[in-house]
Amino acid sequence: MIRIDHLHKSFRALHVLQGVSVVLPTGSVTAIIGPNGSGKTTLMKSIVGLVQPDRGTIAVDGVSTINNPESRATIGYMSQVAHYPENLTPRDLVNMVRGVRMSRVPDISDELIEDVQLHGHMDKPMRALSGGTRQKVGSVLALMFQPTTLLLDEPTAGLDPVVTERLKERIIKVRDAGSTVLITSHVLSEIQELADRIIYLHEGRVIFDGMVNELLERTGHDVLSRAVATIMMQSNGGVQ
Amino acid sequence: MKHLLIIALILWMSPAYAGTQKAYPTGASTLRTALSNAREGDTILVMPGEHSGSGYDITKRITIIGMKGAVVDGHSSGGTIFLVNADGVAFRTLTIRNVAVSYVDDHAAIKVLNRVGTDIDGCRIENGFFAIYLSKSANCRVANNTIIGAMRDESNSGNGIHAWTCRNILVTGNTITGHRDGIYFEFMRQGTVLNNHSEQNARYGLHFMFSDSCSYHNNVFASNGAGVAVMFSHVVEMIGNTFRNNWGPTSYGLLLKEIKEGHLKDNHFERNSIAIHAEGAGHFLIEGNTFIRNGYGLRILGGCEEITVVRNTFDGNTFDVTTNSRESFNTFSGNYWSSYEGYDLDHDGVGDVPHHPVRLYSQLVEQMPSSVILLHTAFITMLDLAERIIPTVTPDLLVDNKPLMKPRAQQQ
Amino acid sequence: MKTTALLLKYVVRDVMRSRWLALYLIFFAAVTEGLLYFTGGEAKTVVGLMNVVLLLIPLAAAVFGTLHVHHNRDFVELMLTQPVSRSAIYFALYLGVSLPFLIAFVVGIGVPAAIHGVVFNPPILTLLAAGSALTMVFFAIAYLIGVVVQDKAAAMGVAFISWLSFAVLYDGLILALTVIFADYPLEKATIAMVVLNPIDLARIIVMLTFDYAALMGYTGAVFQEFFGAATGIIISSSSLIVWTLLPVFIGRRAFGRKDW
Repeated sequence: MIRIDHLHKSFRALHVLQGVSVVLPTGSVTAIIGPNGSGKTTLMKSIVGLVQPDRGTIAVDGVSTINNPESRATIGYMSQVAHYPENLTPRDLVNMVRGVRMSRVPDISDELIEDVQLHGHMDKPMRALSGGTRQKVGSVLALMFQPTTLLLDEPTAGLDPVVTERLKERIIKVRDAGSTVLITSHVLSEIQELADRIIYLHEGRVIFDGMVNELLERTGHDVLSRAVATIMMQSNGGVQ
Repeated sequence: MKHLLIIALILWMSPAYAGTQKAYPTGASTLRTALSNAREGDTILVMPGEHSGSGYDITKRITIIGMKGAVVDGHSSGGTIFLVNADGVAFRTLTIRNVAVSYVDDHAAIKVLNRVGTDIDGCRIENGFFAIYLSKSANCRVANNTIIGAMRDESNSGNGIHAWTCRNILVTGNTITGHRDGIYFEFMRQGTVLNNHSEQNARYGLHFMFSDSCSYHNNVFASNGAGVAVMFSHVVEMIGNTFRNNWGPTSYGLLLKEIKEGHLKDNHFERNSIAIHAEGAGHFLIEGNTFIRNGYGLRILGGCEEITVVRNTFDGNTFDVTTNSRESFNTFSGNYWSSYEGYDLDHDGVGDVPHHPVRLYSQLVEQMPSSVILLHTAFITMLDLAERIIPTVTPDLLVDNKPLMKPRAQQQ
Repeated sequence: MKTTALLLKYVVRDVMRSRWLALYLIFFAAVTEGLLYFTGGEAKTVVGLMNVVLLLIPLAAAVFGTLHVHHNRDFVELMLTQPVSRSAIYFALYLGVSLPFLIAFVVGIGVPAAIHGVVFNPPILTLLAAGSALTMVFFAIAYLIGVVVQDKAAAMGVAFISWLSFAVLYDGLILALTVIFADYPLEKATIAMVVLNPIDLARIIVMLTFDYAALMGYTGAVFQEFFGAATGIIISSSSLIVWTLLPVFIGRRAFGRKDW
């Protein structure tokens, strides 16, 4: 479970998160959606410690994550754009992550590597790998320790359909194992397929936080993209 | 009258008149008795063994010859060991050692007062306070001696070969080390110094003041505390000498102070902190010398004029030429400068662009000595470069218009 | 510590694969071999080498240190999402880039010097020590700049200006002060100014080992007295240590607060 209370974050004059309070229950997949610049990535980076919030609290399974690197022992994170040290190989990266985790949980990297068909690329330097392949490496690194909290920022961007399906299956599997999953995606069909819950962010504020069904019901649509379009127009109108 | 005198002179000099005395360390015939028994023209053979004592007065024209293994030892007490009070005295192959140190009197191994014709050849003098001391004497010869001082510091050691108010003195083939000044001349006329080695003396390897018309050829002055100092003299000729390793904050290869009419030719200056330091020197010809790896090559300070610097080699000195003046009354031509950056399009061996050997930085250091801490900084390199392109501070008259592209074939 | 060591291994492995590091080593080896071959192992060699070291090490550190921060964004982002403290990441990165460059420098000069049998000459040893200290100092400064200045081009600019200040402009300032206060005794002030700039400090220490004091007249004597005594050695080593630790810790603090 992730509990976020009154989270604020500004980059200079830009107030990116303006008092975000949400609770993400275990055993669920929550999707954060919202227009570009609404604070989705900043929220996710705050949870994983890449961004230091100005105010507010974040607790993962009851443990505060702010300035607490140990809290990340159970978090898996896959970033939006898969950048990794250029001269290292995927194998180096896997070994390195295994090393710093000093793993308490057995790692399933071999299984994952098989899953995303990465075995042929394990000893090539990252700089020689395509965007999609790097994305695969990212998914392995995020999932190898069977995290109880999984954060995925645009996970399927650049992946081929086969691997995309495998990754989705894997995400469902993680959720069913009782983990908390948070995901952002531009592909709303994908969200409808994966997510149980939706958080709609607009200019750093939570406009909607609830089950996917609730959103559909509230907007009177049965397709998520229509529902999102409606709420987007409403929130724009609300601001005006 | 005139004839009588010549006859007397012939008699006086004839070998028939002369006898040979032997001086033994012990017994009735000691050195002291031999000296008092000797007649004019006698020869005294100093027999092997240690002859102790000092204050041996020589009052007759005699020759003293040291036999192999003979030593005259002053045991560092008493005063001067041999005091020459006669003309024409000769010392040959004699070993003398341990002269008493004094802060009042100039004790020496051999001291010559007011005499002519002293000839000291092939002797060995160890731990002489002063070794050979000539005063108001003339026509003397000091040759082929080995003079080894005790390496005391400047204040309590004397000079190796010391000559004061003398005329026509020849100093040749000696090796002098461990004294205050290796060779010291004051008020000398017509001194000639040839083929000597003066090394590791506490102060100067060669030091002369008020000594006109003297010449110095083919000597080696190395590793002396302060190098060689030449002051207040006229008509000085220094040819083929080597000045080496005179390295220290107050050391010079050659210090020229108030010297008029000098000729410096074919000398070799290597690794001296300052090869030549000239102050108030004039009418000087500096030609064909080699300046290698010195801190300063030529340091020409105020009051130097009509110094002509030609056909020398300046190679790898930190500063080739420095001066504290923007003006230059001296001439530089046809020298080789390793720092020369010009070219020679017509291949005549002479660079087509004039060379300004004075760097801006050396000028700065002369005027503000503490700026020397910036030695070897990028900033200074850039400053020098800028000055080379647009000269503003360095003397533009101090220029070599015919810099050589290659050093002249080296002697040595 | 354990994590730092582990991360260090990967950072070093990454840096070791860089062509620049190899070039850096080869450059020092070539310059050293060239100077030793043509001039023999004398003061002249060390002066030539010293000039190269004093300019190139701070410049290389400024450039590669600053770039390294920016090139390792990915590494940092990956590690920050792991249970690893920011200090461990920072020290691993700083040491991971500075140590290979330090080793490349020592090997680059040390191997040709050893072949020529001069590696244990005091001037060469001192030069190696001074160059190593400069490596640590200027990578620390570069790292601070890389962390504080967000934009890569701007960071490079700041790094270059700081190099220029230490390597060139500072000496201009000393000269200006020397000229302005020419009538005052400046030995103590110049010692202080030299001690405060690691490049000048390294230069003076190296020059004193090969008897350059003699060229420096009274100033040289004062310097020799100061740097030859225990106090001077303690003060100058402290200066180099402070110049390393201060930027490292300020950089570490900035790194701790930085958003990625």
